[in-house]
This record gives sequence, structure tokens and C-alpha cells, in this order.
Amino acid sequence: MSDASYLSLEKLTLAYGDTVAVADLDLDIRKGELIALLGPSGCGKTTTMRAIAGLLPVKSGHVRLDGADMTWVPANKRAVGLVFQSYALFPHLSVYENVAFGLKLKGMRGADLDAKVQAGLKSVGLSSFANRKPAELSGGQQQRVALARSMVMEPKVLLLDEPLSNLDARLRLEMRTELQRVQKETGVTMIFVTHDQAEALALADRIVVMKGGAIEQIGSPEDIYNRPVSSFVADFVGFENIFPLEGGRLRTSGGLIELSGEAPSAAGLAWRPRMVTLGTGPFRGTVRGTSFAGDSREYLLDTSLGPIKAEVEAGLSAHPLGADLLFDLPAEKAALLSKFS
Amino acid sequence: MNARSLFIPITLVLVLGFLIGPFLIIVAASFSAGETLNFPPQGFSLRWIAKVFTVESFQASFAMSLFLAIGGTAAALVLGIPASYALSRYKLPGAEIVRTVVSAPIIVPGIIVGLALLRYIVVPFQVGITLALFVAHTALVLPYAVRVVSASLDNLRSDIEEAAVLLGSSRLGAFFRVVMPNIRGGIMSAFILGFVTSFNQVPVSLFLSGPGVRTLPVDMIAYMEIVFDPSVAALSSLLAFLSIGIVFAAERFLGFSRYV
Ligand SMILES: Nc1ncnc2c1ncn2[C@@H]1O[C@H](COP(=O)(O)OP(=O)(O)OP(=O)(O)O)[C@@H](O)[C@H]1O
Ligand SMILES: [Mg+2]
Repeated sequence: MSDASYLSLEKLTLAYGDTVAVADLDLDIRKGELIALLGPSGCGKTTTMRAIAGLLPVKSGHVRLDGADMTWVPANKRAVGLVFQSYALFPHLSVYENVAFGLKLKGMRGADLDAKVQAGLKSVGLSSFANRKPAELSGGQQQRVALARSMVMEPKVLLLDEPLSNLDARLRLEMRTELQRVQKETGVTMIFVTHDQAEALALADRIVVMKGGAIEQIGSPEDIYNRPVSSFVADFVGFENIFPLEGGRLRTSGGLIELSGEAPSAAGLAWRPRMVTLGTGPFRGTVRGTSFAGDSREYLLDTSLGPIKAEVEAGLSAHPLGADLLFDLPAEKAALLSKFS
Repeated sequence: MNARSLFIPITLVLVLGFLIGPFLIIVAASFSAGETLNFPPQGFSLRWIAKVFTVESFQASFAMSLFLAIGGTAAALVLGIPASYALSRYKLPGAEIVRTVVSAPIIVPGIIVGLALLRYIVVPFQVGITLALFVAHTALVLPYAVRVVSASLDNLRSDIEEAAVLLGSSRLGAFFRVVMPNIRGGIMSAFILGFVTSFNQVPVSLFLSGPGVRTLPVDMIAYMEIVFDPSVAALSSLLAFLSIGIVFAAERFLGFSRYV
């Protein structure tokens, strides 16, 4: 086992009956890494997590963890923790008993057990809630119990399936920092699923973007945000002007368009609204819509290239609806896409 | 007060009177001092209540009814809990058919169930009376067991079992550690419902009772055909109060009404 592959998925194929949900997935994760699985609904995130945990038998391929082949090791022998989106706390047990559940199964008793449970509760700030039942806790508190319950087991990998999606905006931010802190303190290898690109960018060491049961791109948050490899990822992280390239020219709804600068070699180019130059340039458009977003203003332009979204600093004077504007899509700023779908 | 506002209270009194009235008559009749079952009762005495405990056949049939109610219901639960679990957790191909078959004894009149069991099982296979009664009562209680236990299983999320497995429990262990404790109320409710159903069961038992082996209700009918004294009323009152006591205790301790 090399350090770069503490957990590795090799040609992993997962299916429900005859429907393949994940096909030929390869992924290597380092020890102590915090990975975000990002992708649209139905792309196979939960399916992949369940296979890593051993809750879903694999169709073909392998799951390796810490040097051992886990593919056919039953879920209760894997040392993989999973925090469910629904928390899945045991309703008949107190917070304390919930956290103690797995430790007791390991045979831990008495003072050892108590010390471990208390430490677990303390780490998520719930020491004073030990005797409550799950039903008597708020969503965020239940979430923290679920986290503590998995963490005290000292799993080799901790999986979190949309851990923050049931929480309100303020609590999400709070739990985000909490997750990061716990991960840094314990050094546990963590994979969390999210729909929210901002969450993935803020938390993860690396982001895995999935699409239709396959990995579309793996990279650092900077890579994913600045250098999406495909139109799909570009779209997912907020590039709104995306065009295929053909022989150095942009294929648009208005035909093939010559760029202002030298065309790079790629399958496509993408610009964030911020990257569009307004006021000068070879192209012309009409303002169809405008929206004010605090420190910036966004324009929707009708152009011979099709609709273009541009964003400028709000301090600049506003263009009225119907105004004719010059603009440019500078080739040197564009993200180069090697895959266009 | 106008006629309209009187309508509801009057209806209520009539309905309650209709439901509880006969019961009150029986209770009153059991304290009679007279020799025959009569209403209004003649005088007041506890002699018929006392007599209930001296009739030997009542003792034997009470024991038989108790055995059937407890044993039959327990057997129905042993079969019904795994069945309910399978029905609610797995998408089995014939699940709906299984549900229907299991509920059949509720829908089919008892007299037909009794006759069918007698004609096609007890007689051809020479099954003993006690065993036949036991099997019949188990089958009769099974639908209630499956229905009530299923209801509480459906209210329980299945991901807690997966959570238990990931914390080191086996699948079976997860069932006993996190499923059973959370459906305990449903199981107790099913037990009480099954017990009462079995204990009050007449038509099926009537067909299957044989020489010397009778359930209490069948025995009471047989007794009344020979002796028409108030002891049957006394026994009925005792049984009614016993049932009421059980249901109140169940509601008090288990929240019985949540499951039925
Ligand atoms: N139990 C199941 N039976 C059949 N198909 C399933 C089952 N669970 C998921 N699928 C299918 O597998 C695919 C992947 O589902 P999965 O739950 O992994 O998606 P996801 O990425 O977690 O989506 P979401 O973000 O909505 O949770 C989907 O097409 C889904 O319809
Ligand atoms: Mg999911």
C-alpha cells in the first residue's frame, strides 16, 4: 500500500438489479484526507458510499482499505463509519447509550467505556445532553450525536452522506467548521457527500465531481473552481458562458465565431460572468435583463453568440435595459475544457 | 336550548345506553339472590359469584381458554413478527398475496373457518382436540399480530439497523438490539388484542371442542343449556372486568391506542 491509496476503489461497478448505478469507478484516497463527493441528484454518490461501507454488495471491482481487500468483508467488520443524512439515531436509547452502542459491542465496559463516551460527547459539545432521548434534541444536536457515535469507534474512514443538508443556513456554517475541526483533530479520513459546491470548496482537500455514475473530475478546490476539465464541471461550478471550439473558432447559436485573441487548443472554452469584458471588444449585445447583487451587477445580453451573462462591479454606472453594449470574451481568461458534452 | 342542540346529547346517550346497557343488566343480574337468571334481580347476594369458582368444568375450561389465549397468541407472534418484518422490509414478489392470506381469518366468518378445519384437517388427519384448538387460535390471532406489528415496523426507519451494523452488530443482532426494543409497544398491543380475541372466540372453538376439552365461552353455552342460574352472568361480569382491567393497564403503561 502506498500512502496515496489508503482507501482505493478499483474498477468499481455497482448495480441495483440490472440497472448499473456506478460503472468502473477508480478512486485513490490518502490517509487523513477530507474528500467531497459532489454531483447532481442520482449520479451515484450515496450508492458509492454504501458500497464503501459494505451495505451494498459490489457487482465487480474492488474496495481496498489500509492494505486489505474489503470487497467481501461484511459491513460490521470494516471499521468504516457512516453518518446518515437522517442521522439514524436509536430512538429508544439516550444520547449516552447511542454513543456507547458500538463501544459496548467491542466489549468495552466500566470506566473505560464511560471515559470514551464522555470524551466523545464533549468533543461535539453535548456533555450536558447525555440523558436525553434523540427525540428531545434539535436537528443540529442529533447530527452531532450521530457524528460522535461514529467517531468514538475510531473508524478508518468516516463517510458522511449530505451531513448538513437538513440544517438551516446558520447551523450549516457552524457544523461545517465543527466537521473540519473534528477532522483536523483526529486526522480521520473523511468522505462527505454534498450537492452544494460552496460547501465542497470550503471544506475539502480534494473534490470528486461525479456525473451519471462515473467520475468527471478529481482535483483540489482551486482546480475544480478555476480549471474545470469539462463543460459539465464548468457549469456545475458557475461558469455560465460555455462554448465548444471548432478549428480555433467558437461554435455558437449564431454560427462559428472568431475569437479576439489567439485561440487555445481545447474542446471548449468557458467564462464566468466576471470574466466577460463589458464596454469594449469585437462583439455587440443588447441588455435583456439586469440584477443587482450587492457588490456586483449582472447583465443578461442578447448577442449574435446567443445569450451571454456578464458581471461587473456595482460601483460602475448601470446600463439600462435595451442598451447596446460592446463586449469581449477574452481567450486568455477562459477555462480550457478538454471534454464537451 | 333548542331541538338542534339537544340532538347530539340525546344520540350520545342512546348509543352509549345501547352499548353499555346489556352489560349493566348482566352485572346487575349476577348479584341476584334468586335461583334463575332474571332481570330485575331478586334481592342482593354474592352467592353466584362464589359459585362460579366451585363449578369444576369452569375451572378446566378457563384453564384451557387461558392456555389457548396465551399460547396461541405467543405462537402467532413468533410467526407474525418475522413475517411482518419480511413484509415491511423487503420488496417480496408475493407480498400482497401473503398479506391477504394472512388476513383471511378476520374476513372469513369463524363458523366457516371452524367447519373447514374440522372437515379437512382435524377429521382426516386425526388431530387431537387440544392441538386442533391451539392451531386454530394461532391462525385466528395471526392477522392481528401481523397487522399491529407491521404498523409499528412501518413507523420505524430501517436505516437504524444499518447504523447498528456499521457499529459492529450482526444483522440478527441489530434486529434484537434496535428493532425489537422500538416495536415492543406494538408487540404488547398485539399480544393483548390477540389474547382478548382468542379468549372471546366462540364459533371456531364450538366446532373443534370435543369430549372434556372446551374453551370457557363454549363451556358457558353448554352450562346454560342445562342450568339456567345467574352464575353465567356472574362469570361474564368477572371476565368483563378482567378485560377492562387489562385494557386500562395497557393504555396506562403502553399507550395501547396508538397501535390499534
Ligand atoms: N434502491 C434502489 N433501487 C434501484 N435503483 C436505485 C436505488 N437507489 C438508487 N438507485 C438509482 O441509482 C442511481 C444512483 O443513486 P444514488 O442514490 O447513489 O444517487 P445520489 O447521487 O446519492 O443522489 P442524491 O443526490 O439525490 O442523493 C440513481 O439513478 C437511482 O435512481
Ligand atoms: Mg444520495
